[in-house]
Amino acid sequence: MSLGPAISADAAAKARPPRRKRQPLTLGRVAFWIVVGIIVVYLLFPFYWAVRTSIMPDAHMYDTPVQYFPSSPTLSHYGNVFGNSLFVHALWNSALVGVSVTVLSLVIGSSAAYALARFNFRGRMLMMYLVLSMTIFPQIAILSALLELVHDFGIYNSLWALILTYMLFTLPFTVWVLTSFFRSLPGELEQAAYVDGANPFQTFYRIMLPLATPGMVTTGLLALIAAWNEFLYAVTFEFTPEHYTVPLAIVSFTSTAGSAYAVPWGDIMAATVVVTIPLVVIVLIFQRRIIAGMTAGAVKG
Amino acid sequence: MAVLGGQKTAVKPKRRSSRTALQSKQTQLAWLLMLPTIAVVILVAAYPLVRTFYTSFTDAAFGYRTHFIGWTNLYNVLQDGKFRETVYETFKFALITVPSEFVLGMGIALVVNSRFKGRGALRAAMLVPWAIVTVVNAEMWNLMYNDTYGVFNDILEKIHWPGAPFAFTSDPTLALGAVSGIDIWKTTPFVALLLLAGLQVIPNDVYEAATVDGASAWQQFWRITLPLLKPAILVTLIFRTMDALRVFDVFYVLFGAAPCIPGNCKMSMAVYIQENLVSFAGSPGQIGYGSALSVAVFIILAVIVAIYVKAIPLERT
Repeated sequence: MSLGPAISADAAAKARPPRRKRQPLTLGRVAFWIVVGIIVVYLLFPFYWAVRTSIMPDAHMYDTPVQYFPSSPTLSHYGNVFGNSLFVHALWNSALVGVSVTVLSLVIGSSAAYALARFNFRGRMLMMYLVLSMTIFPQIAILSALLELVHDFGIYNSLWALILTYMLFTLPFTVWVLTSFFRSLPGELEQAAYVDGANPFQTFYRIMLPLATPGMVTTGLLALIAAWNEFLYAVTFEFTPEHYTVPLAIVSFTSTAGSAYAVPWGDIMAATVVVTIPLVVIVLIFQRRIIAGMTAGAVKG
Repeated sequence: MAVLGGQKTAVKPKRRSSRTALQSKQTQLAWLLMLPTIAVVILVAAYPLVRTFYTSFTDAAFGYRTHFIGWTNLYNVLQDGKFRETVYETFKFALITVPSEFVLGMGIALVVNSRFKGRGALRAAMLVPWAIVTVVNAEMWNLMYNDTYGVFNDILEKIHWPGAPFAFTSDPTLALGAVSGIDIWKTTPFVALLLLAGLQVIPNDVYEAATVDGASAWQQFWRITLPLLKPAILVTLIFRTMDALRVFDVFYVLFGAAPCIPGNCKMSMAVYIQENLVSFAGSPGQIGYGSALSVAVFIILAVIVAIYVKAIPLERT
């Protein structure tokens, strides 16, 4: 910035500070990389710690000073976890609930989103606001009524209770993100379909829906992750271990242990790694789309 | 309807009327397409909300006859010292986590927004905490917080921090900080990504012009970045505050059914409500009283949203 007017225009074109690629290592540059390093350690260390604990033999689990790299790593905790029928069952339950909720939300939500994005009708804005207000709806505020509802329907302590109630948070979100996605598609395609004699429903079903696949993948993944994560409804509506989802199963590892030294940390962390790795892989593969989906509401706000 | 429309617009060219027919067909289809969504919204949101308000005036409990008892529950909520403690505790939690996540998230967003080698990798790393199941995350941190074999105490002892080791999760003065730390770690990347999305739509030439005019990086941040980021900031703050005030998972996992005693309350509002609703061995869930607590929380949250929306006016495009 103090290089004088001759270069300042060029420097300005490169705008924000740390973009000086070919510049020598200045103090500012070093500080910048230190900050980046701190951020990386902060973001990744807790997960590293889970991995290190998952391969730490029980004999060294409570060693002090703490071992930062396990001296004699073992995979026995992974064996325990996959031999634990409660946990394996919970994986299935979570997958079942997650996939069902996602598919239902996409089927129901995509049609509403198309209507909101492409048709002009009275009450459209009202519906948009309704959906938006639902995305910040406090789930805890209606827990008691949902509990009664689940009782009335006879689905208490069944996975159906979760499939139904999870739509409270997956559906509005799906509608919101898909609406902005449909709106970004070119209108000429619809016009062409109408000219060719397609009715509005055929236009939606045959032309626009297939084009929305990328948006569906994004919202589907986010709905799946939200369902995979949910704990409050699961712990309230399910009480027999056969109906536990992953978060419930992992919590039950600790709650069944007698003391802090009896907590099976190795098994818990192995389970942690098992349920986290697939999610992290999915998220990294689809990172651009997921970030786009997460931020769709914020930017357009 | 379509015929009527056609007659009314008969003076106008013929093409116009066929468009109106299409439009009314579209309107019909629009409502048809939205019908399933509306049905689900009524079933899982609107009806439960109305029912919560209704039930809060009763002594409902599973297995017992329900009686209408008027304002008794809501009166008791106001008198409930334990509930007041949990409200206080939850607000303290929100006041610690939301600003921390915002400041840290903004810092990370600014770093990632500058171009450097490995930027993509850093952005990918940001998704890791976000992808971890909250309950699992709480367990991970619970291990790291352990007072004898936890890694944090190990580090603090190595650098001879006065007072180490600490009982992070059981010491009343540290417990809230400990639970906040977990939430901050999980959510800061999410906040950073939201702010980053806002940063990326700010055109570069604004900064160029400011640089030409001699504005320092600090001035540019306060005078350009922050004002232009306002919509993204508002949305982020509303979402985060709501999430923080309805916190359940981390409190539940870290403290279990920890007692809430004055001066050492380790319970969030949501944990307290849930505890009232679920039936323990023998005693039925207090659906009526739990509903009254829910109504109180709903009102509190509605007031917060109203304050936010009023404080920062939304500019509609």
